[in-house]
Amino acid sequence: MPDEILAPEQIQKKVFPLCLRTKDLKNPASLATYLSIGGYQAITKILKEQISPQQLIDEIKLSGLRGRGGAGFPTGLKWSFMPKDIKGDKYIVCNSDEGEPGTFKDRDIIRYNPHQIIEGMLIGAYIMGANRGYNYIHGEIWQEYLSFHEATREARKAGYLGNKILKSDFNFDLHAVHGYGAYICGEETALIESIEGKKGQPRFKPPFPATHGIYGRPTNVNNTETYASIPWIINHGGQAFSDLGVANAGGTKIFSVSGHVNKPGNYEIEMGMPFSELLELAGGVWKGRELKAVIPGGPSTALVPAESIMQATMDYDGLAKIGSSLGAGSLIVMDQTTCMVQTLKRLSYFFYEESCGQCTPCREGTGWVYRVIKRIVDGQGRSEDLALLKDVSNKISGRTICALGDAAAVPVLSFIKHFENEFQYFIQHKKSMMGQQNA
Amino acid sequence: MSQLSASVMKKIDLELEKYPLDQKRSAVMAALQFVQAEKGWLSDDSISLVANYLDLPEIAVMEVATFYNMYDLKPVGKYKISICTNISCALRGVDEMVNHIQKSLNIKFNQVSDNGRFCLKESECMGNCDAAPMITINNEKMYEKLTPESFDRLIKELK
Repeated sequence: MPDEILAPEQIQKKVFPLCLRTKDLKNPASLATYLSIGGYQAITKILKEQISPQQLIDEIKLSGLRGRGGAGFPTGLKWSFMPKDIKGDKYIVCNSDEGEPGTFKDRDIIRYNPHQIIEGMLIGAYIMGANRGYNYIHGEIWQEYLSFHEATREARKAGYLGNKILKSDFNFDLHAVHGYGAYICGEETALIESIEGKKGQPRFKPPFPATHGIYGRPTNVNNTETYASIPWIINHGGQAFSDLGVANAGGTKIFSVSGHVNKPGNYEIEMGMPFSELLELAGGVWKGRELKAVIPGGPSTALVPAESIMQATMDYDGLAKIGSSLGAGSLIVMDQTTCMVQTLKRLSYFFYEESCGQCTPCREGTGWVYRVIKRIVDGQGRSEDLALLKDVSNKISGRTICALGDAAAVPVLSFIKHFENEFQYFIQHKKSMMGQQNA
Repeated sequence: MSQLSASVMKKIDLELEKYPLDQKRSAVMAALQFVQAEKGWLSDDSISLVANYLDLPEIAVMEVATFYNMYDLKPVGKYKISICTNISCALRGVDEMVNHIQKSLNIKFNQVSDNGRFCLKESECMGNCDAAPMITINNEKMYEKLTPESFDRLIKELK
C-alpha cells in the first residue's frame, strides 16, 4: 500500500505525563521534588560536558517539537534563528500569557512543575547565548505568578540561576513578570512591548524579535509547554520524544478540556490519540447528552461538528484533515443543547473587547461582527446578515499586523459554515432553535 | 500632592532589579499593580506619582493603566468581584451565576454596592476553565466551581 496511514482505532496512544510529571507527588512545585525525579540533570550534563549548542539544536530538531502556544512552528529551527555573533544582552522569554479561551495548561505546568520550565529556559539560554530571561505570566492567575517568582528564588539560591551557573562560565538570570488583563499580549511582539512597559500593541514584522526584540536586542519567545518539554528531550534524546507522537507531531501534548464534559481538566497524552479516547478520559459528554461540536484548539481554530471530530486524531495533521487545527490544544466541548448563535455572540464579543485597536480592519470589523450577531440574538436579524458577517470577517482576515484579526474571523466563518440552519432559524423566528436554554 | 507609600516604593525598587538599569519603564505594570493593591484603585494622583517615580511622562503611565483590563481607574469598593463570562464558563452556566450575584448584591456590572463593599466586573478568560464558573476577588484570589450556595457563604465570610 502506498500510503500507510493508520485508521484511528489502530493507533495506540496513551496518557504520558511529561510536563506535568510531578503533579501527583508531594510538594510538586518544590526544588527538592524536581531534583528527586532527576531534575536539572540535563543542564548539569550540558555544562559539564560542554555539549555544543549546534548538537543540542540538532537533537531538538530530531524530536519534532513544535511551538505549543498555537502556531506550531518547529522549535529547533526557531532557536537556530538567534544571531550568534552579536555582543551584549540577549533575551529569551517564556510566554505564559495564557488568554486563549479554554486554555489552562501553562497554569498547571507553573503550578506543579515550575523548575522544569526553568531548566528548559536554562537550556534555551545556553543554546541561544541569552543572558536574561523573563517568564511573562497571565495576570489573572496571580497565585501562579507568585509561586513562579518563588521557584526562581529557590533556583537562584541553589546556583541554577545567576552568574557562573554550576561553577561554569554560563550566566543567565530569570524573572517572573506579569500581564494585567490583555489577551493580545500572548502575541509575541505585543508581549515584548508589554515587558518594555507599554501598551500591548503588536509590532510590524520584519524586523523579527530574533534580531530586534526587547529593547531592540535579540529575543526569542517560546510557550511554557515548549520550554518544559526540552529537559526530557535532552535526557532521553530527540528520537525518543519523536517516537511518542506521530508524523509531523513529535512528543506529548497537554490538552485542556472544558465545556460540556464530566471531568474538565488537563490531559497530557501522546500526540495522535483519537479524539474519541481523549473525550473518554475527560469523562465523556456530561448529563448523558450527545456531542454536538468541538472547538479543538481554542477559538482561533475552526469549530468542527461531532461527526468530523469523532473521526479525528489529536495532532497537527489529524486536525488539519478535518479543516481545523491543533492551536494551543484547548478543546471546548459542546453538547446537543448548545445554541450556536448565542455561543458565537460571546466569542465575537471577546475578539471585539480584546482587539488592541491598532489596525482598522480588526478594530472596526470585530465591532461590526459583534453588533450584527447581537442584533440576531436580540430578534432583529435581517435576511442579509449572514452574508454581511461572512463579508466583514473575510475583510478582517489577512489585513492586520497580527493574527488576532484572522483569529476573530475563524469562529464566525466556521460556526456559520457548519450550523447555518441555526442562524437562519434565529433570524426568521427571532428565537433560538435550541429553545430557551442559554448558551 | 501626596507621596507613594514607603512599602510601595520598596516593592517598585525590587521590581526594578529585574530590568537593566536604564529601563525603568519596564516596571510600570508592576508599579501600578502595587499602588492599586494598596489604594484599591488608580486615581489621577496615583498615576502622576508612579510617573514621577519612574521618570516617565504621565501619559505613558496612563496609556498602560487604560489598556490593561485589570487596572481600575474608578473606585471599585472594598471587594472587586471579577467573573469570567467567556465561552467555557458560559457553557457551564455562568449566566445563572451572574444573575444570582447581581440579585444578591443588588448591583449590575461595573456598579458598586450602596454600602461600598462590592463591585462586580465582567472579565475575559482567566485561563482557569476547568473550574468554571469562577471569580477572582481584588485580582488576587480565585474562587472556583461556584454555586449560588458557595457564593453566599463566601460573601458572609467577607462581611
